[in-house]
Amino acid sequence: MGIEELTLAHADERDLTKLAEYQAVGGYKPLAKARKLKPEQVIEQLLASNLRGRGGAGFPMGRKASFLAKGTGKPTYLCVNADESEPGTFKDRDIMLRNPHRLIEGCLVTAHAIESQSVFIYLRGEYLDVFEVMRQALEDARKAKLLGDVTIVLHRGAGAYICGEESALLESLEGKRGQPRPRPPFPAVSGLYGSPTLINNVQTIATVPLIAEHGGEWYARIGPEPSPGTVVFSLSGNIERPGNYELELGTPLRELIYDIGGGIPGGRELKAIIPGGSSTTVMTPDLLDTPLDFNSVAESGSQLGAAAVIVIDDRACMVQLALRSTQFYMHESCGKCTPCREGTRWMTQLLEKLEDGRAEQGELDLLLSVCDRIIGKCLCALGDFAAGPVVEYVRAFREEFQRHVDEGGCPFGGESSLEGVFAPVEQHAHHPPAEAPA
Amino acid sequence: MSEFQAEVDELAAPYAERRSAMLPALRLAQERHGGWLPREALEEVAEAIGVAPAQAEAVASFYDMFHLEPVGRHLVEVCTNLSCALLGAQQVLEAFEQELGVAPGETSADGEFTLRAIECAGGCGRAVVVSVDERYREPVRPEDVPAIVEELKRGD
Repeated sequence: MGIEELTLAHADERDLTKLAEYQAVGGYKPLAKARKLKPEQVIEQLLASNLRGRGGAGFPMGRKASFLAKGTGKPTYLCVNADESEPGTFKDRDIMLRNPHRLIEGCLVTAHAIESQSVFIYLRGEYLDVFEVMRQALEDARKAKLLGDVTIVLHRGAGAYICGEESALLESLEGKRGQPRPRPPFPAVSGLYGSPTLINNVQTIATVPLIAEHGGEWYARIGPEPSPGTVVFSLSGNIERPGNYELELGTPLRELIYDIGGGIPGGRELKAIIPGGSSTTVMTPDLLDTPLDFNSVAESGSQLGAAAVIVIDDRACMVQLALRSTQFYMHESCGKCTPCREGTRWMTQLLEKLEDGRAEQGELDLLLSVCDRIIGKCLCALGDFAAGPVVEYVRAFREEFQRHVDEGGCPFGGESSLEGVFAPVEQHAHHPPAEAPA
Repeated sequence: MSEFQAEVDELAAPYAERRSAMLPALRLAQERHGGWLPREALEEVAEAIGVAPAQAEAVASFYDMFHLEPVGRHLVEVCTNLSCALLGAQQVLEAFEQELGVAPGETSADGEFTLRAIECAGGCGRAVVVSVDERYREPVRPEDVPAIVEELKRGD
């Protein structure tokens, strides 16, 4: 499998949630090394490493850190995006549960690099087990006087996908509804409380100690040049051995699914692959030789996203799959921008009509037209995440979609693996009517 | 100063602005009020944070983990997003509907159970994910459901 694991190194053979165990494998030595360097020297290492953000966008972390406004007279903040909620993604949970000190050490090295004394880890609210592990690890690090002059606050979210979007995360951290902000200004200039703020994903920050230890150039040599390093792939769906696998970027999709994942169970055929979580566009089996790195997946027409690979066998109706995905984005749209708020509902209604056999000729094109009216027309990427994949579901499986119109219903005749799956958006919580003041 | 106010002071201490304690304060208030946020809980939070009650309600209504209606003593949540759906989430949800006698989004007449479908819980590698009182059970198959419900009814 090429290089050994990096962010999950030693997590199989040792209980790295214990500080002593983490230190026994060299933990917190990179921090001591980094603290002997000037902050700008650490930034130089990050730039040299070409570490690209693991939250989905793949933006080089060192460059993002170098954008931070200087000399503002305000504090600089580091926010770790641990609000993992992209459907199909479960890597950050694993990293934090099994190697919490790696994240804490990454926070401390990064805080030193950007001259910040204040770190917030915005943790997905549902991850109660992770909260408990992280809280204990943080307490142990504090007692061992590893934090120095830095405070790290674990801030729990409360169930909202949109809070993984960086400006919505900041709003939520400020105690508001998690609705994205218009940009500019970008968080590097005006983020948390209007101060310069760096926001990075868990795995990105957890990689920083390795760069502090071995140097940026060492890291840049792992894997393909434009996307160096390893990534934790979350493999799920119709696959023999689902789970998290830390691999070099550039590992071919075929190797991940067949050699590592053990292939498709029950002798079924592979029908489709979602490579980076449900916001990324579907790939078909003819693309199995695509190397899984940011650039190669983009060249194939899709996105690596959060490296959450969902495998789909031939029992799945793609209209149902698109519908279930759209229902998710309709549920999670924050409601701020009209194209997303209304468009996700309209897409859902059209897909329901297709699936129920009520769609008329032309409504498939109407669906694509609705997508076109969402993409690129909202403050954040949620609208694009909702509509982009639908365009590709229709393009790649046009015949199957068309059969729903021509045959007046689902050609799977109730036998699809996704038949009748109930979505949370169908259970609208109705709020009690406001009482008149006494 | 009320005891709640003092606790919110403590929650707000790590933040430069008091309002950042909104989610922690709502979570605390919800725990104190039997798992949901009645009007007086929202008013209590608003007062402790220093905002209008409507602002506390606006925040609470945005997030899935805050409940503005009573919930059962046990909260059973089944993930039905893609990875779980591909591996039989609907059959697991239906098994809970049958065992508990409620539809998703409903609470049993005796106030013991609320059943909900939820979006991706982040356990896709061990689908189907079921969250029982904020603790994940994974993976859950339809045939596991009667034993889970029995265990909750016994109260161990």
